[in-house]
Formats: sequence, C-alpha cells, structure tokens
Amino acid sequence: MIETFIEIGLFAMLVFTAFAIVKTDRLFAVVMLSGVFSLLSALLFVALDAVDVAFTEAAVGAGISTVLMLGTIALTSRTEKKSSISSPLPFIVVLITGAALVYGTIDMPNFGDPMAPAQQHLAPEFLQGSLEDVEIANVVTTILASYRGYDTLGETAVVFTAGIGVLLLLSGLGRRRKDEDEEDA
Amino acid sequence: MHHHHLILRVVTKMLVGAIMLFAFYVQFHGDFSPGGGFQAGVIMAVAFIIYGIVFGLDKAEQVFPPWLVHKLVALGVLLYAGVGVVSMLLGYNYLDYDAFSPHHPSHGQHWGILLVELGVGITVTGVMVAIYYAFAGRPPPMKDEDW
Repeated sequence: MIETFIEIGLFAMLVFTAFAIVKTDRLFAVVMLSGVFSLLSALLFVALDAVDVAFTEAAVGAGISTVLMLGTIALTSRTEKKSSISSPLPFIVVLITGAALVYGTIDMPNFGDPMAPAQQHLAPEFLQGSLEDVEIANVVTTILASYRGYDTLGETAVVFTAGIGVLLLLSGLGRRRKDEDEEDA
Repeated sequence: MHHHHLILRVVTKMLVGAIMLFAFYVQFHGDFSPGGGFQAGVIMAVAFIIYGIVFGLDKAEQVFPPWLVHKLVALGVLLYAGVGVVSMLLGYNYLDYDAFSPHHPSHGQHWGILLVELGVGITVTGVMVAIYYAFAGRPPPMKDEDW
C-alpha cells in the first residue's frame, strides 16, 4: 500500500519536473532539472526493485549527462531561443502517441505477474542456473556478462564507437578553429 | 590561478579517493551487489571529471593524460573480445567462460565475468573521460560570473 503512494508521488514529481523543463528558458536550470528528472527515475527503478538499472540511471543520467550538458551550454548559449511560430501540431502528436501507449498497456500483464510470458520462457532457467551453474548471487551480472555475453560485447562496442564519434566531431572542429586563429594572427 | 572556491577544493580532494574506491567496489563486487562494469566505469570517470572541474583541465590531463585515455577506450573492447578469442583457442565456443577452468566450470565463469566486466569498465571510463576532455578542452572557457 505504502509503495503505491510512493510510486504515485514519484510519478507526480516526474510530471512536474517535465513541465518545468518545458516551461523554463534558462538552459542552466533546464540541465539541473533534467538531472532531477533522472534522479527521480532512478528512485522509481529502486521502487520497482530494478536496482542495477537505477544505479546506471543515477550514475549516467543524473551524473555524467548533467556534466556533459553543462559543458555543452558553456560552449553554446545560456538561454533558449524562442520559436516565433507556435503550432498545436506537436501537442497533438504527443497526445496521440501517449494515448496509443496507454492503450497498449491494457493488454500487458500486471507488474510482477509470475505467469507473464516474459517470466515463462528463459527466466526460470537463468534464475536457477545463476546460482547452480555459475554460482553468482547477482542474476543481473550473470545474464549481462555470461548468458548474454554477446549482447554486452555489442554494447561495449557501441560505447566505443560513440566515444570515437564524439571525439572525431569535437577534435576536428577544434583543430579547424585553431587553424583559422593562426591564419588570422 | 584558482585561489577561490577553497571549500570546493578541499572537499574534492577528500572525495576523489573515496569515489575511486567506490568505483573499484562497484566493479569487483558486481557478482554480489548491484553494479558492474558500466556503472563502475562511469563512477571512475566522475572522479577524474570532478578533479578537472575544480582544479582545471590542465591538472586533470597531467594526472590522466589524453593519450592514455584514448588507449583505454580501445583496450577495454579488446580485452572483452580477447576473452572470447582465448576461450575459442582453448577449444570452446566464443565467450564460453567454462574454458578457463574445465574441471570447475563455475570458477571459469567467475574469471570470465570478472575479465569482461573489467573490459567494459575500462572502455566506459575511457569514453566518459575522453568526451569530457573533448568538451572541456574547447574554447570559449566559461567565466564564473556568467553562471
């Protein structure tokens, strides 16, 4: 019972934060609010017993992205540009997508339902194998690194590629600007 | 240069070590508690990033030079993929950690998971620090008064 109230409270705070992000013009405040948004999501994941996901969300979403966003506004602008045309189209798109998603949840099994299809196929095998075959208590680690080792290798490659991509983009521009400065001098 | 923010500097100096220790804990205790390479890598990167923010990029690059960061980005992926190659050379499937201890498959699994998680952690640390260096190393530097 108390968990339901906590979750409703967290969701309400998430919605308020999202509205505040939309309404604020000062990008510094927006970045801080998006950090708050991530932290609230992390709390929700804890409430849903997904501690590994919550950990990642807190470290990446609330931590690193906030720093990188601050780095970005340090390089660009501190206030949002007001768009001159205000069209109702984005609001309608959001409304329709939201309604479709809510409609989709009607068919979904209840949260934590042991009879849900996702819990039937491989999950029991993994849960048992984690303790008996691999002898590791944290099932998330077993699935991530052993049963789904290929996926995690792919994820690491994605992180690697993304890092290289950002480096190429940023360092290339920096060098070009430096060259121009030297030409000016 | 940084004669202001005394409290920030003192607190950062005290925190950096603890943050790194926590990163290692998350990295190597992931078998029993939440966490693993991804989270540990980010936390380890945060230790260097907070140092860079408070003491300046130059100081951070002295401690953790960019060439080393860029090598680590690739090293992690190579370590992960290399574990798979070694297990193949031992006659097992790619990334089948049973290969490392045929008589005690669970020990082999522990070794394999430890190594691939380390690979993930190294790459994530490298990427995060490298991106931070790339952002922070570009002009124009933000003046404190502008915030």
